[in-house]
Amino acid sequence: MLKRRHNDGKVVTITVDGETVEARAGESVAAAVLAHTEGATRTTPVSGAPRAPYCMMGVCFECLMEIDGQPNRQGCMVRVTDGMSVRRQQGARDMETSS
Amino acid sequence: MSAAEFDMVIVGAGPAGIAAAHEAVNVGLTVCVVDEQDAPGGQIYRDVERVAMERAHDLDVLGADYKYGFGLVDGLHASKVKHFAGHTVWQIERDGTVWCSDGNKAKCIKGRRVMLATGAMERPVPVPGWTLPGVMTAGAAQILMKSAGMVPSGPIAICGSGPLLLLIADQLVRAGANIAVLAETTTFADYVRAAPHLLRALKAFDYLQKGMAMRRRIKAAGVKIVSGISALEVVGSEKAEGVSFKAGAKTHRIDASTVLLHQGVVPNTQATRQLRLEHLWHAQQHYWYPKTGRHGSTEAAAIYIAGDGAGINGARAAEAAGRLTALEVACSLDAISRENFDLKAAPWQSELDHHQAVRPLLDAMFRPPAEILNPPNDSTIVCRCEEVTAGDIREAARLGAPGPNQLKAFLRAGMGPCQGRMCGLTVTEVLAAAHGTSPAQIGAYRIRPPLKPLSLAELADMEAGDSDVTLGSPSSGP
Repeated sequence: MLKRRHNDGKVVTITVDGETVEARAGESVAAAVLAHTEGATRTTPVSGAPRAPYCMMGVCFECLMEIDGQPNRQGCMVRVTDGMSVRRQQGARDMETSS
Repeated sequence: MSAAEFDMVIVGAGPAGIAAAHEAVNVGLTVCVVDEQDAPGGQIYRDVERVAMERAHDLDVLGADYKYGFGLVDGLHASKVKHFAGHTVWQIERDGTVWCSDGNKAKCIKGRRVMLATGAMERPVPVPGWTLPGVMTAGAAQILMKSAGMVPSGPIAICGSGPLLLLIADQLVRAGANIAVLAETTTFADYVRAAPHLLRALKAFDYLQKGMAMRRRIKAAGVKIVSGISALEVVGSEKAEGVSFKAGAKTHRIDASTVLLHQGVVPNTQATRQLRLEHLWHAQQHYWYPKTGRHGSTEAAAIYIAGDGAGINGARAAEAAGRLTALEVACSLDAISRENFDLKAAPWQSELDHHQAVRPLLDAMFRPPAEILNPPNDSTIVCRCEEVTAGDIREAARLGAPGPNQLKAFLRAGMGPCQGRMCGLTVTEVLAAAHGTSPAQIGAYRIRPPLKPLSLAELADMEAGDSDVTLGSPSSGP
């Protein structure tokens, strides 16, 4: 789990799996989720194993999340915005929710 | 409407890309920089503007070398450089056509010349347990400090080798993080092997001084340092709970909720592979790099490469190389004469020489250990996306899979969302060892567009697009 060294900065409110979470402007979605949750940020499509972001720079694809209804977004490459809705993916992405 | 056209399209806004853009604009070229991130700086100077202007406390933690990047990126907005920020490149053609998307709409840009400055990525570190939540690369922890001012809250185990490992440990110490152990795979034999390169490295004494100072500070902060470790494993079931490793005759088990792995950085070759450029194997550092000629030129006349994407030399060398490549491009477009080139290039060439002087020492000293290159434990996951283990790969080799591309048909290794970025090097090494040959002989995954996933909606909303530009043109074919 991660902590913010300082709590200044503009507060941005997002939801993570429906729960309201305060993030800070400029943070990536992956960072905001890691500051809020311990452990897995998704489970794998192959075996359902727990995973969390590994590289934070867009190459490992472990931070895949559903962001504002669009599945399989790289959470480390997208900055939080006010009112953003984030969902952790369980297994393969759901084709139904794809926009 | 036709595709936007520029004299020079630069892919990547790290030190090589930004420096090249400044230099190219100065000699009168029209330039655009396409970058995946919404702020310039690459990974090394990630978010440096935001940190410099809004988060001074993080600037102190990250140090002078990071702060230096502010001077480099600061001029970009005021310059004549067209900066396509937040644009992910998904295909590049040998004729200079670059396909990208801003996340909503795909776009086609044409460059008379294209310079790839796609930089480096950390070498993946396949050890038992490396897929557990709580395990990250050391660089990931640094990115969290840069982009979010965050540090891991629990005890941290930092494991591996390389100059970046020390830098990040030093930064975490300054950030007040709780470091349980700094466990280095570097052995005494590594230092002995590096010794002959010391004389040349003394030309870049500033690097050596920095390294020694970092080590002193980490020690002074009371961090437990263990050197010459092997048999590294991450312990835990649903998440990381600690690490175990051997040092000498002793086995250590240290509790940690965050494990940071690092074994140096390697060129990110996805784009150069997609272009089907020839790649060479760096026998000492065990990575692929694209073959380049004079100042980043390649076998494709319109394509140039600068910075760590052409071979690891570090950020300051990348900056000098970017400027040299921009001048070379200007020369090839007759924007400057060869005499003028020589005049302008001289200071950057000596700058590049200075920053390269330390590299043979570092390359000899910080070599990834054999057990990281070819994981001995059959159950260690190599392909994280498709959950393919080292044992699976060895078994497929025994059944006849000759190389990485045939292995896909056996195991789907390299066919998940990361497109082989995480497993490519390891698959090559494991297959080479299984077949008793060299990685250079075994080869690498064939990389096809799109380089990054894009939605059909983005493609359907494609802006512009010349009628003579069609998807799947010859250079992108299999």
